[in-house]
Amino acid sequence: MSFFGLDCRRKKEKEEERHLRANDREFNLTFQYATNAIKTSKYNLFTFLPMNLFEQFQRIANAYFLFLLILQLIPEISSLSWFTTVVPLMLVLTATAAKDAIEDFNRHKSDSQVNNRQVKVLMDGQLKSEKWRNVQVGDIIKLENNQFVTADLLLLSSSEPLSLVYIETAELDGETNLKVKQSLTVSGDMGDDIEALAAFNGEVRCEPPNNRLDKFTGTLIFKEQKYSLDNDKILLRGCTLRNTEWCFGLVIFAGPETKLMQNCGKTTFKRTSIDRLMNVLVLWIFGFLALMCIILAIGNGIWEYQKGFYFQVFLPWPESVPNSAFSAFLTFWSYVIILNTVVPISLYVSVEIIRLGNSFYIDWDRKMYYPRSDTPAEARTTTLNEELGQIKYIFSDKTGTLTQNIMTFNMCSINGKSYGEVLDFAGQRMEITERTPKVDFSFNRLADPKFVFHDHSLVEAVKLEILEVHAFFRLLSLCHTVMPEEKKEGELLYQAQSPDEGALVTAARNFGFVFRSRTPESITVVEMGETKTYELLAILDFNNVRKRMSVIVRCPEGKLSLYCKGADTIIYERLHPACKTLKDVTTEHLDEFAGEGLRTLVLAYKDLEEGYFEDWRARHHTASTALEEREEKLDELYEEIEKNLQLLGATAIEDKLQDGVPQTIEQLAKADIKMWVLTGDKQETAVNIGYACNMLREEMNDVFIISANTAEDVREELRNARRKIKPETIEAEPIFEVKQPKNKSAVLPEDTVEGEYGLVINGHSLAYGLEKSMEVEFLRTACMCKTVICCRVTPLQKAQVVQLVKKYKKAITLAIGDGANDVSMIKAAHIGVGISGQEGMQAVLSSDFSFAQFRYLQRLLLVHGRWSYIRMCKFLNYFFYKNFTFTLVHFWYGFFCGFSAQTVYDEWYITLYNLVYTSLPVLGMSLFDQDVSDRWSLEYPKLYEPGQLNMYFSIGSFIKCLLHSIYSSLILFFIPYGAMYDTMRDDGKDLADYQSFALLAQTCLLIAVSIQLGLDTAYWTSVNQLFMWGSLAIYFAITLTMYSNGMYLIFTASFPFIGTARNSLNQPNVWLTILLTTILCVLPVVAYRFSRTELRPTINDKVRYKVSKSKHAPPPQATRARIRRTSSRRSGYAFSHAQGYGDLITSSRYLRKNMATFSPRSKTNAKQPGTVLKTYRAVKDTVVDKTL
Amino acid sequence: MSNRKDPPGSQPFMKRPDNTAFKQQKLPAWSPTLKAETVLPFFFLSGVACILIGVLICITAAGVQEIKVDYTEESDCTDCYSLRLDRANSIIDCACTVSFSLSEAFKGDVFMYYGLANFHQNQRHYMVSRDNAQLVGRQYNLKNPSITCIPFDKYKNGTPIAPCGAIANSIFNDTLQLFYHPDKNTETPVPLLKTDISWFTDRTVKFQNPSPKANLTAAFAGTARPFYWWKPVYQLSEEENNNGFMNEDLIVWMRQAAFPSFKKLYRRLNRTQEFNDGLPAGNYSVKISYNYPVGKFKGRKSVILSTVSWLGGQSNFLGVAYCASGAIILIVAIILTVVHLKFKKKSLGLEEE
Repeated sequence: MSFFGLDCRRKKEKEEERHLRANDREFNLTFQYATNAIKTSKYNLFTFLPMNLFEQFQRIANAYFLFLLILQLIPEISSLSWFTTVVPLMLVLTATAAKDAIEDFNRHKSDSQVNNRQVKVLMDGQLKSEKWRNVQVGDIIKLENNQFVTADLLLLSSSEPLSLVYIETAELDGETNLKVKQSLTVSGDMGDDIEALAAFNGEVRCEPPNNRLDKFTGTLIFKEQKYSLDNDKILLRGCTLRNTEWCFGLVIFAGPETKLMQNCGKTTFKRTSIDRLMNVLVLWIFGFLALMCIILAIGNGIWEYQKGFYFQVFLPWPESVPNSAFSAFLTFWSYVIILNTVVPISLYVSVEIIRLGNSFYIDWDRKMYYPRSDTPAEARTTTLNEELGQIKYIFSDKTGTLTQNIMTFNMCSINGKSYGEVLDFAGQRMEITERTPKVDFSFNRLADPKFVFHDHSLVEAVKLEILEVHAFFRLLSLCHTVMPEEKKEGELLYQAQSPDEGALVTAARNFGFVFRSRTPESITVVEMGETKTYELLAILDFNNVRKRMSVIVRCPEGKLSLYCKGADTIIYERLHPACKTLKDVTTEHLDEFAGEGLRTLVLAYKDLEEGYFEDWRARHHTASTALEEREEKLDELYEEIEKNLQLLGATAIEDKLQDGVPQTIEQLAKADIKMWVLTGDKQETAVNIGYACNMLREEMNDVFIISANTAEDVREELRNARRKIKPETIEAEPIFEVKQPKNKSAVLPEDTVEGEYGLVINGHSLAYGLEKSMEVEFLRTACMCKTVICCRVTPLQKAQVVQLVKKYKKAITLAIGDGANDVSMIKAAHIGVGISGQEGMQAVLSSDFSFAQFRYLQRLLLVHGRWSYIRMCKFLNYFFYKNFTFTLVHFWYGFFCGFSAQTVYDEWYITLYNLVYTSLPVLGMSLFDQDVSDRWSLEYPKLYEPGQLNMYFSIGSFIKCLLHSIYSSLILFFIPYGAMYDTMRDDGKDLADYQSFALLAQTCLLIAVSIQLGLDTAYWTSVNQLFMWGSLAIYFAITLTMYSNGMYLIFTASFPFIGTARNSLNQPNVWLTILLTTILCVLPVVAYRFSRTELRPTINDKVRYKVSKSKHAPPPQATRARIRRTSSRRSGYAFSHAQGYGDLITSSRYLRKNMATFSPRSKTNAKQPGTVLKTYRAVKDTVVDKTL
Repeated sequence: MSNRKDPPGSQPFMKRPDNTAFKQQKLPAWSPTLKAETVLPFFFLSGVACILIGVLICITAAGVQEIKVDYTEESDCTDCYSLRLDRANSIIDCACTVSFSLSEAFKGDVFMYYGLANFHQNQRHYMVSRDNAQLVGRQYNLKNPSITCIPFDKYKNGTPIAPCGAIANSIFNDTLQLFYHPDKNTETPVPLLKTDISWFTDRTVKFQNPSPKANLTAAFAGTARPFYWWKPVYQLSEEENNNGFMNEDLIVWMRQAAFPSFKKLYRRLNRTQEFNDGLPAGNYSVKISYNYPVGKFKGRKSVILSTVSWLGGQSNFLGVAYCASGAIILIVAIILTVVHLKFKKKSLGLEEE
């Protein structure tokens, strides 16, 4: 490798085209492409110190202290010894540097772990194992199944037919489904012929490195032939090879130039609102500091002019000071040094420590640990905790977040009889719990062991061979587009287009109608142990308009039947009039199912006459080959044959919500958190889930559905909605509270609304709603509604919605999701939460907090968030209080010492005050404090509201804190002053000397602020006690040590206070002074707080009062029984896909290979069904985009 | 229990957080609230206690006798005052006398202080103008005074000053002699002690003469007196162990006052003969050798005689402050009680859902 200038310069030239030749390292090396070693670490051993220090001094607080240090080096200005600034600064720098060093060390470790992975590289005609870091552009490498792709590769050949490979892209985009890549035939033909591969000398010319994951253009020149290359032939680093024994690839981009690495690194840095407020306050404090310094400097000018000038007999002005004005100028800077403690340097460090501590609590919480997947909650960002206590809007994904994305067959109605409920002896419905006995399916060898059903009567009905029941399940086993996979005898695996279909077919399977296999022309079913093959004559597939699907089959006995399942309204229109009574009963059942939020399908069948069918089939054939209006013609034909159906019954499928979702949403609603669901799902499903988890309710005044197709219609619908909610807001233009005029960011005020409304908007309308001209309109309407559901939204829209709310509402937002499609909104929101362990890791990786179950959100917000917020606010209030009080005493003393920037306290006290004497108690409070326990926090979600309103820490409370400090500092200065200025010891000796006064003042201050902390602490653990008393004890210990003879004789210059403690702390009037200042500092606070709780108690006071009254913790939250209701609202039909793939199945495009080899047990046979399935799955995945 | 397959190669619940009180934030704790049952009695009690303490202090302070005689421009000191306005006259001696009478005897130990007002011993530049290392008798520092002493560190010819600095340079150099006049013509000098007027730690640790301690002239050889002094530091007193840096007048002066008006212990009454019980009532005079110039910066000089109690000297401030605080606390306590009785029931009730 080369060093220095030459190559560096060349590297800087922008690469315009990548040119490489396989198996020719020398040629490729001339281009200086990056090797495959990656480096995410920032420092090495030598650069760490300079670089880290440079970075740290870019922070304003650190730079400020450096500036102070420089000021202190000027003897005319220096009013404090250097160590008062250096010690805290060193501590801060060291702590930060240590943190950075640890982080970087971990990055080094993970880098080296990745760089040292082994991969097989083709070198000198042999496969050799190499470390990843040594792989270079142009190398040919061999990947095996389940290996990570080493670099961005051009796929050359693979073990699979047609040189296909299957890859999983979870690390790249979070999607777990497999994707297919296929190599060029010319390279694919080489297979695993090492010699051929070693001789391969194709040249690739392609685009330079970039971060577009979905695009690649280039050409391969091999044997003087040009082949074009696209993304389908490229394996990207970060993917995993699946279901493919091996493959060979040519390295095109390596290491930092891979698309994965080009994509990362740009992480947006999130700051909390308190951070932003703190930055503003620091500016205020600077202003305040300047004001104090100016006042004192002017004072000094006057004093020097009036007195100092004449006092020159004893104290001549230094030569550098020609007049009082210049003295005032110098004094200004001297006071900047002395009063620097108002700008808290240790504040930032302490804040980080507190946040880190509170993050650990989240990681440690057993109540947010999900045992099933062994996943604890994780605070991935440790700097956002307190914002968890201020959330106003939650944006949630649906699938995988609210729901488990598992469909279960819950109930059914067969021939007017409802199954699925468990009744007790009295005939009352029983709640189904884990302990409810499950139906035993052991009679059925092929049953799916995971299937759970509780109603025994249905099995009995099957066993009794009731005709309708059999027909019902036969229908379910025949009418679908599911693909079976049977790897081992009897172990069936269904690949369903939608989980609903899978659930239905699985239900049929367990009740003895096992769908075993299919060919384009037949379906094999094991009916009650007896294998039957039905001839599949036609699939009348599902689509969004038809909302039903049918199959036409010929039974082994020769009977022709049409089986149909579909949405109730659709099927009802097509029933035979004779079904009237059955229809009524079934409708009742449907209402009941719908009331529970289940997704229903109605099943019907019809026997066909041979003659009619032949005729229909002929017409169908013509229609399906027609060139014009094929769709319409087919629809007509389908319409014709799906008539006069016989009703069989209905199924009810539960889109299984995650545990505790409705309760959680209810809790969050009580905490006045608004919940918006943003989902890619279709409207019916989304609305259905909205009802299931109590976001939409029957009692709501209205639920508006916005699904218009033009901008004007959308606006009109939004306005109509508002007209209903609050007519007066239509005419009135929204009044913006202008937040910051220069940023032109306006805040939309909250509208108070009577009644509860819901809003459902689909992606199409949302696109208009998000346009500049309409966004305010949309937001106003949406914010008036209790619940907002946006369906069919794209990932980009999700982010846009979040940003819209962020833009116009002064509120903290949280986005929660599990999939790659949620990443954008997770990143856009103030706080992103990822549900871990479901759909890949992408959402979790970009989230700030992650846990396994949606229901943990209430604990995260209502307990951890609230505590973190309260702790942080208490910390800040107290911290500012203690530092202001400390500093202001200097200010008052200025009036007595000729404004000469003389400190009141001992310099060591100034150094140690923030670091030692007061740091641990306040940290203890900010790490342990809880106003009420977690149980009570969850019992009264209203406790969360003050956080949303920023009640505990704001400009107002800051000013309050400042006034309090002014009062305290006046007491802390003037009481000791009054008590001391004319007095002496009980033996007549000096007590009004500077050193005694300093000791008295600093002791008073420390005791007063300690007791103030005691008042702020609501939760006294032993640690708090230890910190508090320990700090006071340490103060006295350190003071006595520093004022001792020994210290003086060793470090004479540094410890001039010798004997002060011994001589003044044995005086009763010193202690009486301390007592009086303490009383005067503390009692007003007690009186104020007490009368506030009496006169205007906050919710917090009320709950604490209640807690103090009741001896026990509140009862654990009852797992509330599911709210039962019957509903006139019919739930969405159970198809969660847009368009069926009947074509695919019957066209035999994908099954031909299967057919050809399905006969005798040839060697390839075992593998082929798998291949077909994989292909099927891959194709399906590319078509069914979950987000669309 | 888990009914899903555990990830291969790991035990179930591997990542389950520990169930410790600390990690689960369930440390046993005491959560006090501001309840009327505790707050109101506390207020009443502390109000009463404050008043009691205040009264006690006031009584004690009343028992302390003190007299302060400002002699800056008093009687014949006026001439001296004018004389001292011009620095050129500093070599001219000036003496004057002020008289006063004690209507009551000062019983017990009596202390004599000099008081200075409007004298900023706490000015930062003044405060730092000393060298503790020199004062503790270090040879090196004796010859090389700290730069903090500038411009009182060295003479122009380089001779170091001992003790250096503005503080030592400006030592209070009036001499005060107290006389008792049992009758018009008698003048009895009141016996006064020069020793044990400074902190024990100061005179035993903080201030040390350089060696050889037996021969101070030799010890201080090579140094010179501060500019404003008349005699070198080793001639401050005739007494062997009250001389040099260990001279108690110097030590007292070097302990800077916290505020611009202060008093410093000058002499103690030697309780012998007629002064066995303290100072009897009657007429007294102070003979002053008026050297210290304060006129320029409008300073005031005074002589103070005082007895002490267990609380130290006479200071009414604490007593009054305690009484006033106690009264305010009682008033607040009453208001709080009224508030509590009136609003208690109304507000803290938590409306149940």
